[in-house]
Amino acid sequence: MKILGSLNGFHRIVASLAMAAMLAFGAQGAMAQDAADATAQIEQADPAAAADASSADVGPGSGGYTPMKPTEGKGMPVAKGIDVQPQYSPIGHQANALHIGLVWVMAIISIFVLALFVWVILKFNKRANPVPSKTSHNTLIEVVWTVVPALVLLGIAIPSIGLLSAQYKTPPKDAITIKATGYQWYWGYSYPDNGDFEVVSNMLTKEEADARGEPHQLAVDNRMVVPAGVPIRLQTTAADVIHSFAVPSLWFKLDAVPGRLNEKLLFIDEPGVYYGQCSELCGARHGYMPIAVEALPMDQYNAWVLAQGGTVAGAEDAAPAAAPAEDAAGAEAEAAPAAPAA
Amino acid sequence: MATTADHFEAHHEDHAHDADHKPGFFARWFMSTNHKDIGTLYLIFAIIAGIVGGAISGIMRWELAEPGLQVLNQVAPFFGADPTQMDQNLHMWNVFITAHGLIMVFFMVMPAMIGGFGNWFVPLMIGAPDMAFPRMNNISFWLTVAGFCSLLFSLFVPGGTGPGAGTGWTVYAPLSTTGSQGPAVDFAIFSLHLAGAGSILGATNFITTIFNMRAPGMTLHKMPLFVWSVLVTAFLLLLALPVLAAAITMLITDRNFGTTFFDPAGGGDPILYQHLFWFFGHPEVYIMILPGFGMISQIVSTFSRKPVFGYLGMAYAMVAIGVVGFVVWAHHMYTVGLDVNTKMYFTAATMVIAVPTGVKIFSWIATMWGGSIEFKSPMVWAIGMIFLFTVGGVTGVYLANGGVDDVVHDTYFVVAHFHYVLSMGAVFSLFAGFYYWFPKMSGKMHSELLAHLHFWGFFIGVNVIFFPQHFLGLQGMPRRYPDYADAYAYWNEISSIGYVIMAGSMIFFFINLVYAFTAGKKAADNPWGAGATTLEWSLSSPPPFHQFSTLPVIEDHHTAHDHLSDPKPA
Repeated sequence: MKILGSLNGFHRIVASLAMAAMLAFGAQGAMAQDAADATAQIEQADPAAAADASSADVGPGSGGYTPMKPTEGKGMPVAKGIDVQPQYSPIGHQANALHIGLVWVMAIISIFVLALFVWVILKFNKRANPVPSKTSHNTLIEVVWTVVPALVLLGIAIPSIGLLSAQYKTPPKDAITIKATGYQWYWGYSYPDNGDFEVVSNMLTKEEADARGEPHQLAVDNRMVVPAGVPIRLQTTAADVIHSFAVPSLWFKLDAVPGRLNEKLLFIDEPGVYYGQCSELCGARHGYMPIAVEALPMDQYNAWVLAQGGTVAGAEDAAPAAAPAEDAAGAEAEAAPAAPAA
Repeated sequence: MATTADHFEAHHEDHAHDADHKPGFFARWFMSTNHKDIGTLYLIFAIIAGIVGGAISGIMRWELAEPGLQVLNQVAPFFGADPTQMDQNLHMWNVFITAHGLIMVFFMVMPAMIGGFGNWFVPLMIGAPDMAFPRMNNISFWLTVAGFCSLLFSLFVPGGTGPGAGTGWTVYAPLSTTGSQGPAVDFAIFSLHLAGAGSILGATNFITTIFNMRAPGMTLHKMPLFVWSVLVTAFLLLLALPVLAAAITMLITDRNFGTTFFDPAGGGDPILYQHLFWFFGHPEVYIMILPGFGMISQIVSTFSRKPVFGYLGMAYAMVAIGVVGFVVWAHHMYTVGLDVNTKMYFTAATMVIAVPTGVKIFSWIATMWGGSIEFKSPMVWAIGMIFLFTVGGVTGVYLANGGVDDVVHDTYFVVAHFHYVLSMGAVFSLFAGFYYWFPKMSGKMHSELLAHLHFWGFFIGVNVIFFPQHFLGLQGMPRRYPDYADAYAYWNEISSIGYVIMAGSMIFFFINLVYAFTAGKKAADNPWGAGATTLEWSLSSPPPFHQFSTLPVIEDHHTAHDHLSDPKPA
């Protein structure tokens, strides 16, 4: 795992540099990004240690829930970043490998075409070549430049189809179901397996986000809290217009469509805060309904559920507590449409 | 392409005096039935629409230059919005992205490519006196103008959260139905009806003209590639636009007459709208680029002084792109919740398009290979187009992968991709075509120096605008956002600087126009030398008001693709 991780890191460095070289700016950004990636890869290689580190962040466990402090550069964009965000899900790792391969293919083709142009411009300009040739056919080369790209595409298609089938794996029976509902303009997260309470999530103003040490435009008042390291059946729908639930660091994007219930397996490797944003134009405050997923170890997730007045499997007697929680969530929903940051 | 023009050069003299009898100003420009005048009207219209659409993108880049909202509240009052209402300012943003998209697609690129250059040069290149239906040609143009007026009008009437239609150019339901009260969206939709009707009429006109009015001896396989490109484009328009018309008509009835085609509450489906829209929308992107492919082929051949390499491959690659373009639409909808098999099919089908596109790229380079290239202004724009289109093409292959797309769908990566193929592919083709044919159309030479300065400014500018947007998209910045997290500030600022460079370069374009019309040298019949072999170069510059009263005869002892004639030795 460690070896794989570092190999991955090496690929990223080369790929990022190739991309940067294409227009020869942002080299510094590339280096910074790679450093961040490398750190992330190391963290990933040792989930136990990472889990320890982040559970320390969480503070008091079962009793009161304190929102986790986000880790700089994890689950969020970084300044001057040029590559995809470090990934924290198995699908993310698989997709990221294909992404790296594709960046290589893109860079090589672009540079190849550029090189052909440079050659042609130097070699066949009017001064260097006053008399044009009359060639207008060459069956062999025409066949070659049809067949070779087709083979390259075939080489891309095979892992690409593999990725698709992995992404469409049905969540196992015991997966925890969470439903994200898009509203104009906030998200509601309901937990049907945990007493069906709903958490209403609004964006924080810049001042509030700064006060909490979170990135503005991404930070929310109530996060979507989920368990880490277990499969989640994430469903999306919408109450008014189409929204889209997207978290870049989990390679996850699923539209929330009124009248439909979309469903997809989500598995988050380790605890952390993962930010995302609504990704389908949904009206005036489309840019003001971010997503913050907080993944917690299972025991802390259960504690959070109980604190919300929900129920935890195996502790059915806690069920009655769900009712007041719903009221609370309802009250929050009424207070929900807060004005966006000015 | 294939002509020895000697035959009709002889006739040229004796019909010239009749040919230049022009109607009066109003009759000539407002009741025009002359394909060249209508082409000129389309080009002027496209330039005006381009200025409006470009100015809107300037407001957008200005707002995005730094985090926070600085500009929208200053601009909103001009459209009747209340700048103290945050939602109205944000709605203004959505109005801008909508208007920019619709104007650039329907009122800039399409009118310039098909209406402008298509009208001007298809009849000239096939040796026809005019289009098949000259009066229908006129109404095509004025329907487009009416559509543009309807769109502009929509900016000033209520559209829900504020004035104007803020639905995005895709007009997705239910945001465009229950999500947008007020008449603005109706006017925007009606503008698409009008522009669409104009385009359908134009398409039938081109198909009829090309099939029936070619000069004797000009077989389909001898037609210049620009004519081929317009022919394929016309078929795409004819097959795709009625689907758009149906979809937006259903939007109108959902909005106003109580139907529920796209409303789940009445058994409808919002995703159905997306399928219908993109069944039109994907061929539409080829409608915008195919005529550009045709122009680039003419220009590369002219300035390399070589016939186009692999002529038949080039022609049928465009046909293939047109056909396959109709069966890949759902790659615009990868995240709506498609079935896994559907997504696999669209992934594979989309990648197939890269093959004929690659054939075109390599054939252009092979045309230059062994040539004697002159780097005149049209040629530098053409080379710029081919390279930047390649960059946009490879990111297209990236996006074709349905599984990978999940992370960049609806982000700035997509914005970067489609601006590389359109803002660089289509717009570079337009400028290449403009500089190529300007001497023919106006009879005046433009300044090569100014055209080169325009090229370099524009080339650097658009790359600085759009290349960093790949990085923003990979980092996760969603599109259609007026504000963003601080992490995205760096590349956004650079992108906005690029806009200033690009806009600055446009000054050279306009100075060049003024220079050419006031002080430009008189253009020769063929200013580009031995490589320019198509029929339009055998006519005077500008051509007579009516040309080819006696049809030119295309000799058949040469085939189109290996023939290099020299109608007017330079």
